[in-house]
Amino acid sequence: MALTASDVKKIARLARLAVVEQDIPAYARNLSNIMGLVEQMNAVDTREATPMAHPLELPARLRPDQITETIQRELFQSIAPRVEAGLYLVPKVIE
Amino acid sequence: MHTKTITELSRALKQREFSSVELTRAYLQRIERHNPALNAYITVTAERALEQARAADARLAKNEGGALTGVPIAQKDIFCTKGVKTSCGSRMLDNFIAPYDATTVERFNAAGAVMLGKTNMDEFAMGSSNETSFYGPVKNPWDPAAVPGGSSGGSAAAIAARLAPAATGTDTGGSIRQPAALCNLTGLKPTYGRVSRYGMIAFASSLDQGGPMARTAADCALLMQVMAGFDARDSTSVDRPVPDYAAALNDSIKGLKIGLPREYFGAGLDGKVAQAIDAAVKEYEKLGAVVKEISLPNTPLAVPVYYVIAPAECSSNLSRFDGVRYGYRCKDPVDLLDLYERSRGEGFGAEVKRRIMIGTYVLSAGYYDAYYLKAQKLRRLISDDFKRAFEQVDVIMGPTAPTVAFNLGEKTDDPVTMYLSDIYTIAVNLAGLPAISLPAGFVGKRPLGLQVIGNYFDEPRLLNAVHQYQKVTDWHRRAPEGFE
Repeated sequence: MALTASDVKKIARLARLAVVEQDIPAYARNLSNIMGLVEQMNAVDTREATPMAHPLELPARLRPDQITETIQRELFQSIAPRVEAGLYLVPKVIE
Repeated sequence: MHTKTITELSRALKQREFSSVELTRAYLQRIERHNPALNAYITVTAERALEQARAADARLAKNEGGALTGVPIAQKDIFCTKGVKTSCGSRMLDNFIAPYDATTVERFNAAGAVMLGKTNMDEFAMGSSNETSFYGPVKNPWDPAAVPGGSSGGSAAAIAARLAPAATGTDTGGSIRQPAALCNLTGLKPTYGRVSRYGMIAFASSLDQGGPMARTAADCALLMQVMAGFDARDSTSVDRPVPDYAAALNDSIKGLKIGLPREYFGAGLDGKVAQAIDAAVKEYEKLGAVVKEISLPNTPLAVPVYYVIAPAECSSNLSRFDGVRYGYRCKDPVDLLDLYERSRGEGFGAEVKRRIMIGTYVLSAGYYDAYYLKAQKLRRLISDDFKRAFEQVDVIMGPTAPTVAFNLGEKTDDPVTMYLSDIYTIAVNLAGLPAISLPAGFVGKRPLGLQVIGNYFDEPRLLNAVHQYQKVTDWHRRAPEGFE
């Protein structure tokens, strides 16, 4: 499975990753090699196999609907890149 | 003091041969002297360590505390530590001061252990050589030209160089066992769900598991006693009683049924590593174990399957790093998309970006069945291989890695070659089984490991099997030149 430069750009956009133009050929080559490795999966017939999402077949655990966490906004915002008046700041989204 | 195992340190502290403060100072001095060359620690928490040591001494003076009270350890920098930088080996979290403790850290604190610092690692635990760390590669104390393995390479190098008597690691595809093998240590990857992952930065959630790294199985048993147990804050934590891990260490292994999977001894395995593994198996036969050849036919599929499942889960887990609430933010973003894309593009290294892109690709519209669903079906077949094997044998043995440590820089240009160095460890994570790597010899200066795989929650049996071997061999006692 060979991935082209435009595939890489499309995937990077979906993943919200800025990739420097000059690095794109190396990504295309490396990702193609990795997908080549992945293609080895096709050698085996899996029509009868049940997908395994998780190593232990455990039911999801439920907990009582009670408040267990306390608000620690100041602590959490003390490590934020930009905050103002208790709000996280990002570039303007709506004109 | 640095030559002692934690089992010995624990006894010496209780008998007041030395204090925890003296012990901690001795380790901090060794770190100061040797860490610049090895790069095993990202952060050294000297003041905090001495504070914890003083508190431990106070407990010991009152004859209080447990086996680890006053014993220094290192934490892999993937575990959140309140008030201390928790970088996960990434520029993305270079400025991240964790606002809370991981459950594992909390449990070690409660046990009175002393944290010396946070160890280096491959970025977000993605790597097998510790070369993807934002903080630079770690050197293998056995040979400075060699990698220490990864991703828990800093933990492994720190213990091997006697800069910590023990450390935590995490294992998603071999990240405890492979560096343990490459640095002559004992490292246990517990059953999935046995050790809480709360506060352990997520890479691939259906595979990740924290565990102990030390010089001996007896030490790993002491560490497991602290680490294992149910945690309501981790939705994958298993609510099941924790056994006494040290209780069975001295049991005889006469009659232990060992399976040798023929797929683990085929092409790709270095001849000298194979010889050493054969010799270790013979030693087990002398101890009364019974050896039988078995087959895990889907072994060759483990690496391809892993490189669908792990990247898919990583692309989802790492989407939280967006430059908004914590971590790295790019300079002067023009709009929100630019903020996301450049913060992530600049904050993540090349290997992490490759895996996020592979994960994004295999999960994208139209490809899900061909890749992700296919991988999940193969995962079942791999897991079923082990189920069948454990109907015939008690444990499975083989090499931990196909070769001894490779050279720094040797595999950095070709990710696929690097991935194949985890060929014997990855299937265990896909199945969720426990496995341990133990010192079993050398090729030249470089150590190698024997891997013992157990059935679900059979950690006591693994520790017992390793302890019995360590009673009759001395590989695990050897120290690298210059660090004795």
